[in-house]
Amino acid sequence: MTSPIAPEISAIAVPARRRAGVWRRLIRRPLSVLGLAIIAITVAGAVFAPWLTGYDPNEQMFDGLTLEGAPLPPSATFWLGTDLLGRDLLTRILYGARTSLVIGIVANGAALLIGTLVGVTAGYFRGWIGGLLMRFTDLMMAFPALLLAICLAAVFQPSLWIVAMVIALVNWVQTARIIFTETSSLAEREFIDAERTIGAGTPRILFRHILPHLLPTIIVWGTLGISTTVLLEATLSYLGIGVQPPTASWGNIIFENQTYFQAAPWLVFFPGAAILALALAFNLVGDALRDILDPTQRGRA
Amino acid sequence: MTAAGMKERPGASATGRKTEGGPVLRVAGLTVSVRGEEGERPVVSDLSFSLARGETLCIAGESGSGKSMTSLAIMALLPQPAARTSAGSIRLGDTELTDLDDRRMRRIRGNRIAMIFQEPMTSLNPVLSIGRQLIEAIETHTGLSLTEARNLAIDALKAVRIPEAESRLKQYPHELSGGMRQRVMIAMALALKPDVLIADEPTTALDVTVQGEVLELLRDLQRRNGTSVILITHDMGVVAEMADRVIVMRNGCMVEEGKVADIFERPRVEYTRELLAAVPRMGTGSGRQNFRKAIENTKSTAVAVARDLHVRFDLRGGFFGRVTRRVHAVEGVSFSIAPNETLSLVGESGCGKSTTAKALAGLVPYIGELSIGGRNLSGLSRDGRKAVRRDVQMIFQDPYASLDPRMRVGDLVAEPLLIHNIGTPRERTDRVATLFERVGLSADQMERYPHEFSGGQRQRICIARALALRPKLIIADESVSALDVSVQARVLQLLKELQREFGVAYLFISHDMAVVENISDRVAVMYLGQIVEMGTRDQIFANPRHPYTRRLIEAVPVPDPARRRSGFSRLDQEIASATYKIGEAPHRLVLTDVGNGHLVAT
Repeated sequence: MTSPIAPEISAIAVPARRRAGVWRRLIRRPLSVLGLAIIAITVAGAVFAPWLTGYDPNEQMFDGLTLEGAPLPPSATFWLGTDLLGRDLLTRILYGARTSLVIGIVANGAALLIGTLVGVTAGYFRGWIGGLLMRFTDLMMAFPALLLAICLAAVFQPSLWIVAMVIALVNWVQTARIIFTETSSLAEREFIDAERTIGAGTPRILFRHILPHLLPTIIVWGTLGISTTVLLEATLSYLGIGVQPPTASWGNIIFENQTYFQAAPWLVFFPGAAILALALAFNLVGDALRDILDPTQRGRA
Repeated sequence: MTAAGMKERPGASATGRKTEGGPVLRVAGLTVSVRGEEGERPVVSDLSFSLARGETLCIAGESGSGKSMTSLAIMALLPQPAARTSAGSIRLGDTELTDLDDRRMRRIRGNRIAMIFQEPMTSLNPVLSIGRQLIEAIETHTGLSLTEARNLAIDALKAVRIPEAESRLKQYPHELSGGMRQRVMIAMALALKPDVLIADEPTTALDVTVQGEVLELLRDLQRRNGTSVILITHDMGVVAEMADRVIVMRNGCMVEEGKVADIFERPRVEYTRELLAAVPRMGTGSGRQNFRKAIENTKSTAVAVARDLHVRFDLRGGFFGRVTRRVHAVEGVSFSIAPNETLSLVGESGCGKSTTAKALAGLVPYIGELSIGGRNLSGLSRDGRKAVRRDVQMIFQDPYASLDPRMRVGDLVAEPLLIHNIGTPRERTDRVATLFERVGLSADQMERYPHEFSGGQRQRICIARALALRPKLIIADESVSALDVSVQARVLQLLKELQREFGVAYLFISHDMAVVENISDRVAVMYLGQIVEMGTRDQIFANPRHPYTRRLIEAVPVPDPARRRSGFSRLDQEIASATYKIGEAPHRLVLTDVGNGHLVAT
């Protein structure tokens, strides 16, 4: 026995299904293509640095300084000028991209991961475990981030990966807070109750039903985190506990030269622009991803 | 008759008030368009009506008919920037409202046209006391001093029959019940004695008994002040109770206009006839379940048995966050449901009917005994509980909230099968497709997301999902309350068909007595966590014994203007609460059999 198709179905007109892959939809948006291009250029620059420039990043060139010892502005020989020690700025920025990408992606990614795990666990289970995790988060928040970083860096021998770890351990707190709040409100939603009534277990609810809803937040925090972490690395280098000189990173180029920004503005401008462009690129891609991954944004007036 | 004569209120400087008995409000050729992805789309087209002084005009229609948009257009509160009034005129007395700028429109809003919304909790600011909100509303429009405004506010609260009006001024919205809040909203709207009051579904969110009181109050105030009322509602019972004239709207157009008696007795348009036919009526409903042989409720056959079920929630308070008070949400409830039977739990909000359902569905901890298909729930292992879950499924009130918006509906319906490891992916897809067709959807809609469906369709998806595991019992928690009447009738029909086909039992939870009468075999009436009366449908509706049951049945508005109730027993105090201090417990009711299993609390 079958009932006829319900009459209310015809009342709503739904556009034909568009089901292209995420990638295809990503490259259909001009802004996300721009973002992807900037990321690709940065990665290529970091990987192919030795072939892209004729200089060594740490070589102090005799002709890299004026006779008075001042750095050179951009010219045909030194495309982006030279720094205070007569090193080619373009070369340093290209090599610095290696450090900054590791920091911006690995350290930031690890921070997001820890923050999400802590936030979701605390927000979903609450009770004593949630209380414990969140009080620990509060404690970390109250603790000065730099002091913590200095302590951690003092314990471990400074290297790029240790710096990345230190940054991750400092930066996860904000993410955890935000994710906690969102998870606890999501866990109250009726569809989670509905899942429980059909017998869904905790892992299923967490990964299939709660995590997808957190994606927009995670993406936004991830893209914001890139510039924060790159600059935090610079601060750490400045304090002597980050990436050790003469290894270049975008952050430490700015820090080394910031006092001369009036006399030699290019020294601060170019690495700053590089950080900005990278953060912007991730932002553009992140925004596009957020829209594409949200099915409720499709076919809606 | 002058404006000043009618409105004995200082500061009511006449901004061109109408002086003779012409229409207060005239709407001509009103078109409201909403900008969407595909360009502008009219949601109200070419609507014209006029409103006489002291008249009640009901705008009736189902969701999406443009009735709320009409009221927002009159108030110039259309959602910006998507919607706008694209054509037509709205004249209040001599003032053309569509031409007014925002500053001048603000002076009209609240002062000459007031509005009350559906949800009194969301339209009151939760962090300001009601006194402050009332006084502020008065002060904005008049030059009154604080003391005078305060006195006016107290008068307004007294006018809506709020007891102890003066001390209420200090209270916050959350301290009041829904009915009280809606009265505060009415007080606020009528404090300045506006010419026109627009009430957008003012009683939809309220319990039936409270609804009766609020409607009666509105009518009384209107008679006293001569206010014209535009009442927007989907409930034909409310229309019959309140209206002088009725406009029936559909898809943004007026399909019929006329006197209330004419609309109900001689509807000219097919749509009005369908709308009226779909209204669930007590006693004579066409979709009424035929009386089925009372099924023997022996213990061995019962699908679900609750014995002395208690659910309590602790409220913490004080400095150390100790448990100080306890909500006795469900207090000693016992019932059993036989296969293929529909047991309805009825009662007003806060009576514990939903909590009972949640305990049965395993969503809240309980004390007492619950067994499903003969297995006691409390003694089960993890896997045992999972197996029991297969036998009990639940359909929630809001189908949109109970479907994960980020999943395709096909996956959502297949999920129970996946969780319980039933079939291969191929078989699951086939089963889901069959289910979709069975509930009146088509199989190619499986790839879509919940937001792409209408309310009725979404509830069908929820039904398909509940059916996927072939459960023995489906709990339907207010499952049709959020739907339009015509859709509601079809969903109820579907539920009945599915019961005949699969032999599933329903625990049907509702506040709507008319719907309950249509679908139930047996009915249990709950009040403050306890069952006060239980029996077969005919016992309850033909011979209600408990005063609360009688009150519930009386409160249902009858969709017949000829049988309009003149008065309604008033309940001016707050409704009793199920919260007790630690150590105190509610008085346990004892049910006695008054014949043939008809149990009544004494």
